Amino acid sequence: MATVLVFIDNPGESLHKADRELLTLAATLGEPAVALSGGLSPLVTQELGAHGAVTVYQPADLDVEGYLVASKAAFLAAAAEESGAEAVLLGNSFEGKEVAARAGVRLGSGVITDAVAVDAGYVVTKSVLAGSYTVTVRVTTGRPIITVKPNSIEAAEPGNAGSPPVLQVRVAAPGKAARITGRSGKTSSGRPELDEARVIVAGGRGVNGDFGPIEELADVLGGAVGASRAATDAGWIEHSAQVGQTGKTVSPQLYISVGISGAIQQKSGMQTAKVIVAVNQDADSPVFEIADFGVVGDLFAVLPQATAEIRKRRG
Amino acid sequence: MDQATGTGLRIVVLVKHVPDTQFDRHLGGERSTTDRAESILSELDEYALEAALQLVEAHGGEAAGHRITAVTMGPAGAVTAVKKALQIGAHDGVHLTDEALSGSDAAGTSLALAAVVRHLGDVDLILTGMASTDGETSLVPAQLAERLDLPQVTFAAMLELTSDDDGAWLLSARRDNDTYSETVESGLPALVSVTDQINEPRYPNFKGIMAAKKKPITTLSLAEIGVDPGTVGHSGAWTEVLTAQPRPARSPGTVITDEGDAGIRLVEFLASRKLL
Ligand SMILES: Cc1cc2nc3c(=O)[nH]c(=O)nc-3n(C[C@H](O)[C@H](O)[C@H](O)COP(=O)(O)OP(=O)(O)OC[C@H]3O[C@@H](n4cnc5c(N)ncnc54)[C@H](O)[C@@H]3O)c2cc1C
Ligand SMILES: Nc1ncnc2c1ncn2[C@@H]1O[C@H](COP(=O)(O)O)[C@@H](O)[C@H]1O
Repeated sequence: MATVLVFIDNPGESLHKADRELLTLAATLGEPAVALSGGLSPLVTQELGAHGAVTVYQPADLDVEGYLVASKAAFLAAAAEESGAEAVLLGNSFEGKEVAARAGVRLGSGVITDAVAVDAGYVVTKSVLAGSYTVTVRVTTGRPIITVKPNSIEAAEPGNAGSPPVLQVRVAAPGKAARITGRSGKTSSGRPELDEARVIVAGGRGVNGDFGPIEELADVLGGAVGASRAATDAGWIEHSAQVGQTGKTVSPQLYISVGISGAIQQKSGMQTAKVIVAVNQDADSPVFEIADFGVVGDLFAVLPQATAEIRKRRG
Repeated sequence: MDQATGTGLRIVVLVKHVPDTQFDRHLGGERSTTDRAESILSELDEYALEAALQLVEAHGGEAAGHRITAVTMGPAGAVTAVKKALQIGAHDGVHLTDEALSGSDAAGTSLALAAVVRHLGDVDLILTGMASTDGETSLVPAQLAERLDLPQVTFAAMLELTSDDDGAWLLSARRDNDTYSETVESGLPALVSVTDQINEPRYPNFKGIMAAKKKPITTLSLAEIGVDPGTVGHSGAWTEVLTAQPRPARSPGTVITDEGDAGIRLVEFLASRKLL
């Protein structure tokens, strides 16, 4: 069976959900192998095996962590050649796309980003122009390199295969790179990640500095908290919560838009959600044009009432 | 591209001509390419131009010999993006245009733009937007860095340039990922892409609009930059679009006005859709 190589960057203590999704997808296309940069713990090796990886490749004698992108891409290209992979899958983060971009040039392979589905012939489905078209695309030259959006595939339950062998790959001359001089982590909110969440409650300028009602509704629904750029620019919430053209593109089961007018740049990040609910005090807000259920009203009255009602129903 | 010392900086800003996001945008034709009527300078490239202008202003301005060149690749109309960049403050422009470029994907675009940069010669810094507002792939900047063997400092939300006693330039930047922020450093030459967090782009003023009329724009063809037409455009593309379906427009649902019970009715709606 042909090898499908999955790139995993710095798994840390345990595989991320998105990594498990990639391994699951790889197993539907061929035999999964993994190109892994960063530390590899015995636990993660075991998890990789349990998700079908037959071989794990790591870079030999190369500091891929201290430099931006170039060395990771060189490593991935080398691992693709070493493994004879038929195709390469990566996550859809900024960095995933960039590693894919450069590995594509090194391998002479086409790259497709933002995939939501990949069929057996590597025909990729994605949406373009801010969600206004669904297209199918395919790589015509080289081995397909595809970055896949999180939540597009249901991750399979782990099996009980043993730990796969770990092989070191020699990396030929990576390109020149910028040096990483510092890194600061974001503190975890304990809520689901925006791009993995089933439910998102997002607040905009209308929350006027107080995300409390948004967070409470998100928490009773087990959802993530999102925001418009007006809210992140105001500093009410961190930039990583921004949904839209220059933030995250999300497709949850439910998106509750609160105190957000619905500008085109905001819509482009959320209009592929299954169900959209909007709460806004201005009946003329464009967000109502795309909402399945809209409430014209004051969020500070409507949200606490909804949160209380959900709590009540749950007893 | 040598390490810049003493003399002024040569900065290339990549500007793409894209369909205006304020209007409905369409794919069409046999190969589902983007309809480019109603096109403008990509909003996200304005942040790159602003970053270039601020770097120049922080280091002695035009008088210090710094120069900003706006470069676009695209059909005849794409020169509008360069003209807008000249009005805002770029010093000169380059328009790469050739029939054979039509249908280029990221691989072809980065190949052609890399050839333009080599053709220009002593470029110290390439600045781009974080993504084009039509293609939205963010592939081009990283591929350009790979092709030109330049350090990439991409998705910069903060950018600073300093020079040491010997006149060598040092670039420092902050890049925000999903779960962490990192600070990075690089010498020049380098390739930088910037996010919309980095600055507030300025508008062209009357003086800028008048001055732009006298600024030179060089038009280049593939032959002039030594690119084989077979390596770009449809024939050189490494990917192809098979089908394109417009997404059915979302139709508005029920809108209620709060009469004191809207929170409860909202929850009833969620329950009816099995979303609780
Ligand atoms: C290059 C570029 C990129 C951009 N990228 C993004 C992006 O990724 N994401 C994004 O969101 N935006 C983005 N924007 C900004 C976008 O154009 C809008 O400016 C922004 O989305 C507006 O945010 P908002 O809806 O929260 O604020 P506003 O447009 O000010 O709307 C606030 C809304 O809150 C309502 N409101 C006020 N008080 C209450 C209350 N008590 N109860 C209920 N409703 C209330 C008001 O009626 C109003 O409709 C971008 C802009 C540019 C130029
Ligand atoms: N045809 C083009 N002409 C000029 N610059 C471009 C072109 N295509 C892409 N770019 C630059 O590359 C950035 C990222 O584009 P993309 O990779 O298409 O998302 C854009 O913001 C531009 O700065």
